[in-house]
Amino acid sequence: MMSNLTTQSYEDVLGQIAEADERVVVMTAENRAAIRNLPQRLGGRFIDVGICEQTMLGAAAGLALRGRVPVVHALAAFLTMRAFEFIRTDVGIAHLPVKMVGGVPGVLSEANGPTHQAIEDVSLMRGIPGVQVVCPADAQELAAALPSIMASPNPCYIRHNNLPARVPHQPYELGHAERLTEGSDAAILTYGALVGEAFEAAALLRVRGINVRVVNLRSLVPLDTAEVDAAARDCAMLITVEDHFLTGGLFTILAEHFIKRGQCPRLTPIAFVERWFRPALLRDVLEFERMDATGLANRVASALSAVAPGRLVNPGVINAHA
Amino acid sequence: MERDHIDLAATALRVREHIVRMSGGGGCFIGASLSCADLLVHLYCRVLRQASVDDPGRDYLLLSKGHDVPALYGTFAELGIIPKERLQNHLSVDDNLYWHPNRAIPGVEFHSGSLGHLLSVGIGVAMDFKLRGSEQRVFVLLGDGELNEGSIWEALLVAQAHKLDNLIAIVDRNQFQANIATEDLIPLEPLGAKLRAFGCDVIEADGHNFSALDEAFATLKKHSARPAVVVAHTVRGKGLPSIERRADRWFVRFSANEVEQLLNELHGLHNAALTAEPLMVR
Repeated sequence: MMSNLTTQSYEDVLGQIAEADERVVVMTAENRAAIRNLPQRLGGRFIDVGICEQTMLGAAAGLALRGRVPVVHALAAFLTMRAFEFIRTDVGIAHLPVKMVGGVPGVLSEANGPTHQAIEDVSLMRGIPGVQVVCPADAQELAAALPSIMASPNPCYIRHNNLPARVPHQPYELGHAERLTEGSDAAILTYGALVGEAFEAAALLRVRGINVRVVNLRSLVPLDTAEVDAAARDCAMLITVEDHFLTGGLFTILAEHFIKRGQCPRLTPIAFVERWFRPALLRDVLEFERMDATGLANRVASALSAVAPGRLVNPGVINAHA
Repeated sequence: MERDHIDLAATALRVREHIVRMSGGGGCFIGASLSCADLLVHLYCRVLRQASVDDPGRDYLLLSKGHDVPALYGTFAELGIIPKERLQNHLSVDDNLYWHPNRAIPGVEFHSGSLGHLLSVGIGVAMDFKLRGSEQRVFVLLGDGELNEGSIWEALLVAQAHKLDNLIAIVDRNQFQANIATEDLIPLEPLGAKLRAFGCDVIEADGHNFSALDEAFATLKKHSARPAVVVAHTVRGKGLPSIERRADRWFVRFSANEVEQLLNELHGLHNAALTAEPLMVR
């Protein structure tokens, strides 16, 4: 497969798709950060409704009813929660191809505080029949994912992510995970902003003699069940890593999957358990919440030592942050 | 579809008969359906430009107060959009004629039931018409109780900002929320002034008087750069004195005998003696 990875920005790719396809309409609830240059490129097909998330989603449904493909932008918390019923009732019931881009999801809301923390967005969006849930690891993966998201007839929720890429990506195919490292001591299954941290955690663990497979799931709906099952088959333990509530996210998705299959591997979650995260700048959030590379490496090592204490070369603390 | 010759009063009376029949068995929202029966017949016969319900150049009608759908089904049956016999399937698991509209029924542009949605959906449709340079229009029928929903006012802000003069809301001003008079619970008045303050052209009319409605819709201005709202003053339960303006006749299930009495009442015979218990569904 030819690589579809690009150095172009989300905005450039979206602008090109919209310029080539009259059906595409770009909408925003006055969140223009990711699409600042599109008004002049798209003219009337750039629609800013102001701070009206509900009306934006209803209007997007109306535009889609007329054959348009609206790409709507709002902060993830307000898109998925303020407008939830409009997504579920207008977009979801009619199964319209509205593409919903949530800004600063998960830890990317940084110091905004709990009002802005979309850490139940995956849970909410995957609860609506037919809605795809795409969670790119970084800006490069987001840009690479966009053409296939736009080509799909489904409604789609996208966790917007403009972090620089820290992993060597494979070509993008919607619904296919990418395996970033090999290993069988454990598999880290993750998505979104924590992929880079997990990748670097695997490098820290490798130095300690622990070989971890890191799987970037890329989308949670559809889920790459073949890659999930391969991890369960090949690795001694599965660890889900997500900047999401424990309830309803990847851990829940995998628990459902394995229970349905009738075989449950050892499955350990790393997520926010019944609380919002500590607001701060991104690096500080990750360090405080032990979701940076060091924190993740230590949590993986202790999870492994809990189940196989004699087996690991050095299951102990990797540095003072632990 | 040529509808100019249709006798509005006679058609609306037959639509009311359909509504009354649908209030038997599993029941329906009879009061709100009767209040907008004249409006819907008038809209489909005199206002909407539609060669057929799938005419690509048609005006759209969106029923935002979806619980009045028996009036829409009855209108569709009278205009030949669905067969009259199909109304006998009301609430049947084998058909899609349930308590709220859905696109499985020919002529229904979009589903509704949750209040406060279709003005926003109508904005999207109106925006598409504008982008295409089309003169098509979108009519959205709202309930007055529905105006409690904040999304209505949010949508009005957006509609005026985007100068959607091809969007026409019609408020079925029957003075009732579900179980209580609007002015006793969440007063709307002065409604016309509120809507004008939101940048709308507002026209008020008697929603049961066809010539008044003719006049109201004739005053809609093209290219005004403002959305329009027709406030249609109506009576909940209109046509059946025994339930008109009765707060407890929101959702009812009448017996076969009561349905027969109500059909007689529609035709000006003696009023029905009703024993059906009012159901509080909200």
